Amino acid sequence: MSISSSTAVVGRPTATPRRKIKVLSRRRRKIQNALVAYSFIAPNFIGFAVFTLGPILFAFALAFMHWDGSNAITFAGLDNFWRLFEDKAFIAAFWNTIIYTVVSVPATLVCALGLAILLNQKIFGRDFFRTAMFFPYVASLVAVAVVWNMIFNPEMGPVNMILYTLGLDPKDMPGWAADRHWAMVTVILFGIWKSMGYYMVIYLAGLQGINSELYEAANLDGANSWQKFIYVTVPQLAPTTFFVTVMLTIQSFKVFDQIYMITQGGPGTSTLVLVYHIYNEAFISWDLGYSSMVALVLFFLVLAVTIVQFRRQRED
Amino acid sequence: MASISLKRLNKTYGALTVVHDIDLEIADKEFIILVGPSGCGKSTTLRMIAGLEEISGGELRIGGDLVNDVPSKDRDIAMVFQNYALYPHMTVYKNMAFGLQLRKAGRDFIDSQVQDAAKILDITHLLNRKPKALSGGQRQRVALGRAMVRNPAVFLLDEPLSNLDAKLRGTMRAEITKLHKRLDATFIYVTHDQIEAMTMADRIVVMKDGHIQQVDTPQNLYDRPVNMFVAGFIGAPQMNMLPSLIERRGDGYVAIFDNRELPLPAHFDKARIAPYEGRELVLGIRPENFHELPPADISPENLAPFKAVVELAEPMGSEVHLNMVAGGRGLIARVSPRFKAGIGDEVALVADMTNVQLFDKETERSILY
Repeated sequence: MSISSSTAVVGRPTATPRRKIKVLSRRRRKIQNALVAYSFIAPNFIGFAVFTLGPILFAFALAFMHWDGSNAITFAGLDNFWRLFEDKAFIAAFWNTIIYTVVSVPATLVCALGLAILLNQKIFGRDFFRTAMFFPYVASLVAVAVVWNMIFNPEMGPVNMILYTLGLDPKDMPGWAADRHWAMVTVILFGIWKSMGYYMVIYLAGLQGINSELYEAANLDGANSWQKFIYVTVPQLAPTTFFVTVMLTIQSFKVFDQIYMITQGGPGTSTLVLVYHIYNEAFISWDLGYSSMVALVLFFLVLAVTIVQFRRQRED
Repeated sequence: MASISLKRLNKTYGALTVVHDIDLEIADKEFIILVGPSGCGKSTTLRMIAGLEEISGGELRIGGDLVNDVPSKDRDIAMVFQNYALYPHMTVYKNMAFGLQLRKAGRDFIDSQVQDAAKILDITHLLNRKPKALSGGQRQRVALGRAMVRNPAVFLLDEPLSNLDAKLRGTMRAEITKLHKRLDATFIYVTHDQIEAMTMADRIVVMKDGHIQQVDTPQNLYDRPVNMFVAGFIGAPQMNMLPSLIERRGDGYVAIFDNRELPLPAHFDKARIAPYEGRELVLGIRPENFHELPPADISPENLAPFKAVVELAEPMGSEVHLNMVAGGRGLIARVSPRFKAGIGDEVALVADMTNVQLFDKETERSILY
């Protein structure tokens, strides 16, 4: 019906009212389209705003407040910030986080890539091994942490038993999670083992995307396996490696659960990391303002490293 | 010396045989082209020569040496891939130099080799670019250059022009032919394009279903195809295949098609035709053997009037391809653009029988050769 009425108007000398209607309807259509689009985004965005964006902004503000979670919030200015430099636990946590990241990121990357290359070959039981390697990533962290604690038990764990049968003196035996010199190693090993399967899958996808003609060309050029790896595989996997590095770095900066399960940050502060310190300050000491300040430090640390990584990627 | 010899070479994947006992002798410095439809085994044969596919059976000799189990890099060969397979992260220079670097050649030697090849291929100005900044034709040249720098005895080219547009393909065809003359090496070239095969090769190997159909010079393949497949594959538009009855007339023979007697030329071996007297066989006649007027240089006894109804006229500029129907069969004639024929018209042409082909209907083999 609207079509017939609008066609009836065509060609009339008094075109002004018609044009007005047209403009209005076009604008209305635009608004309508936008509303439809927003309505699709809304469910996700509302959830994000309430459960992520809101708390983050609140935490940012809290970093400059004193609050114990029940009494009134008071303005603290830069008190929390200055406290960071005197807090020995924070300094330990900061360096432990750096050490954890610097060691576990390349180690996980190398293990994941190595596994991916091995399990990309036509070997017997390939699917079984792929599943087995991916399993730690999907398994319950609580369950596997308990198993790890048993395996790496300094007195009767199978790892030390094996070391003993290999002839290692009981005095030199690593104390693993119970020893301040070995606790970080234990946590890092656990982290590598837990996440390498996931990144192996990503590397497998990357490997399968490499044009096999490049290897054939390299064969004819006279490259051996190692040269093919260095001159074809590694450069072809650069985008995958970039993705894996960024994800692993962020994951390592945020490490918490495996430390909570294995060492609780100890012995002493030997495995205390930033997120664990945030947890302690917030939910053990109930100093939510200060813990937010530590969180802010972590946020800027992750942001800075990620920006550097993206810059470097762009330069390449 | 880089003659290549294939003796009962075959390739199987489990129960599937894709190359059946191929015998082929390729002379030193020959330009040989393997041609055939997709899946005929031509690429697999080339890849066996390259050492990229394991040889399931038979012998492969390069320069007299048995190389079945010799790795690719030690066969003194270079290959140009269909998709060029240039290393994306390396510059053109590095792509070309890579093989020599791996062989630990001296820097000055590498540089002179790369510069020489680049000059020949006219890509000197591209040496610092990466492959993604090149056009298809330029990538093709780089791929050729990469093969050239090592001065291999044998060049293997796997459909190297199939990713280029028609115009560039024409130019590159001529350039590769010139390159072959200049490099003085054996070229083995795979293509599905019979025009490439006809224009470039010293000899053509026509393959189908993993079997060699015929090996000969381009002109011989065109004039004396051994079977209907080769006759149909070589030449565009295709040879017309007309089922015809053979009958004796005097001391000669005629082929009867569409109730019309087409005299078979006197130079045909009558002893070979005699067994087919009174039987049907397939008469092959190429589109250019139909004429609007009797050509002066052909003796009248080899000419026969031929009528057909025009279904479609495809003007090519220099000629017109008439798609016609006669005796319930579709056929194509190449005529002059001056010849005007409307769709649905019955046209009277002259068939030149001098070079017709005769094939057995069952075996599809030529009864003449």
